[in-house]
Amino acid sequence: MQNENLSLYQDFRRRLADNDIWYSFKHTPMAYISAIAGLTMIALAVFAPLIAPQNPFDLASLDLFDASMPPSWMDQGDPRFLLGTDDQGRGILSTIFYGLRISLFVGFTSVFLSLLIGVSLGLISGYVGGRVDSIIMRIADVQLSFPAILIALLIDGVFRTVLSKEIHEDLALYVVIFAIAISGWVQYARTVRSSVMTEKIKEYVQAGQVIGLGSARIMIKHILPNVLGPVFVIGTLHLALAIIIEATLSFLGVGLPPTTPSLGTLIRIGNEYLFSGEWWITIFPGLTLIIVSLSVNLFGDWLRDALNPKLQ
Amino acid sequence: MPLLEIKNLTVKFPSRKGDFTAVDDVSLSVEPGEILGIVGESGAGKSTVGNAIISLLDPPGYVSGGSVWLKGERIDDLDENLQSAIRGKRIGMIFQDPLTSLNPLETVGAQLIETIILHLKLDEKAARARAVDLLNQVGIENAEERVDQFPHQFSGGMRQRVVIALALCSDPEVVIADEPTTALDVSIQAQILGLLRKLCEDRNVGMIMVTHDMGVIAEVTDRVAVMYRGKLVEIGKTDDVLYRPTHDYTKSLISAVPRPDKKVDRFPLVTYIEDVTERPDDMKLSDMWLGKTRDYEDFDGPMLTVENLKQDFVTKRGIFKRNHKYFTALKGISFDIKQGEVFGIVGESGSGKSTIARCVTGIYEPTAGDISICGADLNKLKDKNRRNYYRRQTQMVFQDPFSSLNGRMRVENIIAEPIVFHKQAADKAEVKKIVDELLETVGLGIGAARKFPHEFSGGQRQRISIARALATRPRFLICDEPTSALDVSIQAQILNLLKDLQEELGLTMMFISHDLPVIRQMCDRVAVMQSGEILEIAETEALFNAPQHAYTQSLLGLMPKFRH
Amino acid sequence: MLTFIAKRLIQSVLVMIAVGLITFALLRFVGDPISNMVGQDTSVAERAQLKEDLGLNDPFVIQFANFAKNAVQGEFGLSYTLRVPVSQLLSERIPATLELSILSAMLALFIGMPMGIYTAIHKDSWLTKLFLSSSLVGVSLPTFLIGILLILLFGVVFRWLPTFGRGEVVDLGWWSTGLLTWSGIKSLILPTITLAIFQLTLIMRLVRAEMLEVLRTDYIKFGRARGLSMKSIHYRHALKNTLIPVITITGLQLGSIIAFALITESVFQWPGMGLLFIQAIGNADVPIMAAYLVLIAFIFVAINLLVDILYVVLDPRLRTTVGD
Repeated sequence: MQNENLSLYQDFRRRLADNDIWYSFKHTPMAYISAIAGLTMIALAVFAPLIAPQNPFDLASLDLFDASMPPSWMDQGDPRFLLGTDDQGRGILSTIFYGLRISLFVGFTSVFLSLLIGVSLGLISGYVGGRVDSIIMRIADVQLSFPAILIALLIDGVFRTVLSKEIHEDLALYVVIFAIAISGWVQYARTVRSSVMTEKIKEYVQAGQVIGLGSARIMIKHILPNVLGPVFVIGTLHLALAIIIEATLSFLGVGLPPTTPSLGTLIRIGNEYLFSGEWWITIFPGLTLIIVSLSVNLFGDWLRDALNPKLQ
Repeated sequence: MPLLEIKNLTVKFPSRKGDFTAVDDVSLSVEPGEILGIVGESGAGKSTVGNAIISLLDPPGYVSGGSVWLKGERIDDLDENLQSAIRGKRIGMIFQDPLTSLNPLETVGAQLIETIILHLKLDEKAARARAVDLLNQVGIENAEERVDQFPHQFSGGMRQRVVIALALCSDPEVVIADEPTTALDVSIQAQILGLLRKLCEDRNVGMIMVTHDMGVIAEVTDRVAVMYRGKLVEIGKTDDVLYRPTHDYTKSLISAVPRPDKKVDRFPLVTYIEDVTERPDDMKLSDMWLGKTRDYEDFDGPMLTVENLKQDFVTKRGIFKRNHKYFTALKGISFDIKQGEVFGIVGESGSGKSTIARCVTGIYEPTAGDISICGADLNKLKDKNRRNYYRRQTQMVFQDPFSSLNGRMRVENIIAEPIVFHKQAADKAEVKKIVDELLETVGLGIGAARKFPHEFSGGQRQRISIARALATRPRFLICDEPTSALDVSIQAQILNLLKDLQEELGLTMMFISHDLPVIRQMCDRVAVMQSGEILEIAETEALFNAPQHAYTQSLLGLMPKFRH
Repeated sequence: MLTFIAKRLIQSVLVMIAVGLITFALLRFVGDPISNMVGQDTSVAERAQLKEDLGLNDPFVIQFANFAKNAVQGEFGLSYTLRVPVSQLLSERIPATLELSILSAMLALFIGMPMGIYTAIHKDSWLTKLFLSSSLVGVSLPTFLIGILLILLFGVVFRWLPTFGRGEVVDLGWWSTGLLTWSGIKSLILPTITLAIFQLTLIMRLVRAEMLEVLRTDYIKFGRARGLSMKSIHYRHALKNTLIPVITITGLQLGSIIAFALITESVFQWPGMGLLFIQAIGNADVPIMAAYLVLIAFIFVAINLLVDILYVVLDPRLRTTVGD
């Protein structure tokens, strides 16, 4: 058994050394720098409660005497608050760690949900064809007439009207995730559908039919793995977009409330103090947001080129 | 002084695994009015030679040594401006695919006129007159009218004529034709070759004809150069090279070309190919799982009976069914295949021959007609177990070795899938044993099992495809153009393998091909098809010696002139 | 060709009907229209009477037909919060949004296209690398952050440009424009740049990708083999083929600018439709939401139709089929 594991490992090593994508990753500074930056951000978010200097949600620890302090290297700065404090005395660095946590959570879950809906519908649409296909694609067309941000705004707006204010505040996180997920499925569905249409006339699918395999098995076991490449690319780029949409919604005041602040909420709070010179309340969360979306975008951009050998 | 001369040309393509030498120290020359063929299999570097002459190598390729001379003047080291003054004006180029060689957004006239004005400095009106004249010369009727049409309004053969007209715009001294007829049907291929030959003679143009097709070489070239893995292995008068080859590679290449004139038992061993492991002599199929008595019931009558088979495809969907527009691929055909027989179906593209295979295997549901295999009509069989019982008796080998295997599955899983699905093995260990046996049977070592399809060449993939088809122990094997995507030497190997399997396992076979010599080598009986109908069914030898139908006669007349 | 356009026209009408249905459902079923219109002290009988008067007891189809009839005429009823006809609110706000959007679209198009072409033709120049890396930053920067950074730089630090509102506007009766006064123009600069940057980078990357694709085709190689000049190959043969797919996506992108404007409007307190819409969402003011949606959808569908027609005009393969 140990022998077999060893040969599996060697097999893996050989494949890795031979793999063009891994080679490209190792030799593209943009790719690994963005991957490292992205993973660092994820680590900060996951371990926020352990590494944040303060817990900004612990009201007992807040002190209004600490409010609106500049970063520690400036005059009147306090070494306890590296990046300064906001109007309620919360340390900016700590709120960023916690905000990152929420932003990334919303980003990942909404992308996952979106991907699940889009890939399933695209697969069915492409493989079954006919009327089912027309219906799904018409819905996609109509939705595509509106930018994602508008769809998300609209869904959020509807929930705001239907739910009472208190319930809405409690559910805001899930409403935002749902809104972003629904606003993004079309791209997955269209891409998967067109890949399925080219895959399903290929001879390996016919070979499956000649063996006697059923449609569901052919769809999931044979076609699906062959259409996932572009889905990963879209998923990565969508992650950046989802994080930006969430930040935008929160900035516009229709996303996450100040009780569970994401990076967007923090920027919104800080924006009010921009003119009075307390720039750090906005700028540091803003920079964090840029680093996150830039590193995800850079990684996605590299991934797209690496998966598309034509571009070499 | 030769018209065009290449001296010690070497072309390299850098890659992360080191430089790949695509062309290695090649020297050759062309005289006015002469057609020099460059022949070789894929990867031989023959197209690269053509591209290097006009300095249009695909990046990142570069010329690392040697020189190109046109009428005693060195042209490969000129700067880009002087190069493009030679391209098109003194050296014309014809590419393989006429469907993609023309700008789809401009009329053929506009493209001709632009090129004519550029090289001959004529005014618009004179250029147009010349464009019409050129179209006439390449055999396009109503040239005056058609000059204002867009490329998509021309058929493939006509587009290739337009491409030739473009290459001749400024009376070039040399024309390089890169596989000019590969994308065309045989009948059109003959016309285009005739046209090129005539243009060469009339205009005293020197031509380099790059091709993989020995038939084309025999048909039109005066001299031929044989390339193998970047090296020029032999060059000489066409007759000398084809009929008295000296180099081992040329010999094996020529022996691999299927003979149109008589049937031979096997292709003589094709020695010059690395990626083959012939099955060891002591391996007998009868001792293995594959050769063991199969659990099928015996039956009388033909293996396959097709009656009045009709197949329509919807080409345009209306809102209601009656508004659909249809294309009839099969117009009610009937034939049967006896047990143990190899039955050939031959026809040009679009004749409906592949549609038959897909109807028989249940990929398409026929519009009308009956198909029974082993005496049972599968479409009327309701019981799922019985259907699977019949289904596993019929398997298929597909045309395209690159799309017929799922690239995300390991070879062992590809071959195991039918075994597991049809419950042909008791446990995992037995499945693994069967897969290894099958891989050995088709000439791939068991080391192939853990690899993915992309790690294999086209011929090896076709072997995997055959192993998968054998994995249900079928009685009836359908081969749909199994070798048309392969090099000729690989084709010979695969055909040998299929012949061996058919004999040793007593398989019944339906063999579909557009290639008459291949049909002659493989089949006992042949059906000739054209636009969805069977024109003639006859014993192979009878058909080749005394074809009855006019269409069959014309097809046979178009067979390559190349004789062994 | 006519049947093609007719087909697209029918499709557009279907899309508008679908959008109409959604907005109608929004108006009718989200929240209670009656309690949004009357005070706490209205009696049950009065409510029932109002319901009857408003036609809320009619069958669904008739209600929808009435809604559609009104919508076509631009009537969406009274705003819940502002108690003013929605049509009046919107028509006051339209000029502000359109001026901002059209200027941004032009900026994005006239800078993005040449940049895309340049980066495709000069694949390895340092300028290309600069354009490409800055475009990635452009895509990654959320629009509102661009706005905030511009405000911080030009409004707070340098104090060069105004950071909110339209400045002085001139009322032309049917249109109020900021383009005729110095302060109006100055007010437009920051919002226009903010809105344009994201679209600009998208257009540039799109043009580049399509053009690279075209430059790899056989007919470009054949053109080079005929000795055509690089100028002719790039600007005559490649560019035309690039533009065809680019037109569709660019058309959609420019349509989305009007919707994207709402973020910019919010950052710069720009008195346009988007700002109105955001406030409406915050206040659950459904009639405004509905009207805004229908209007945006209409602009979108119109642009789409225009793009389709343009497509047919440009691509001979769609004008004539084989055998004609």
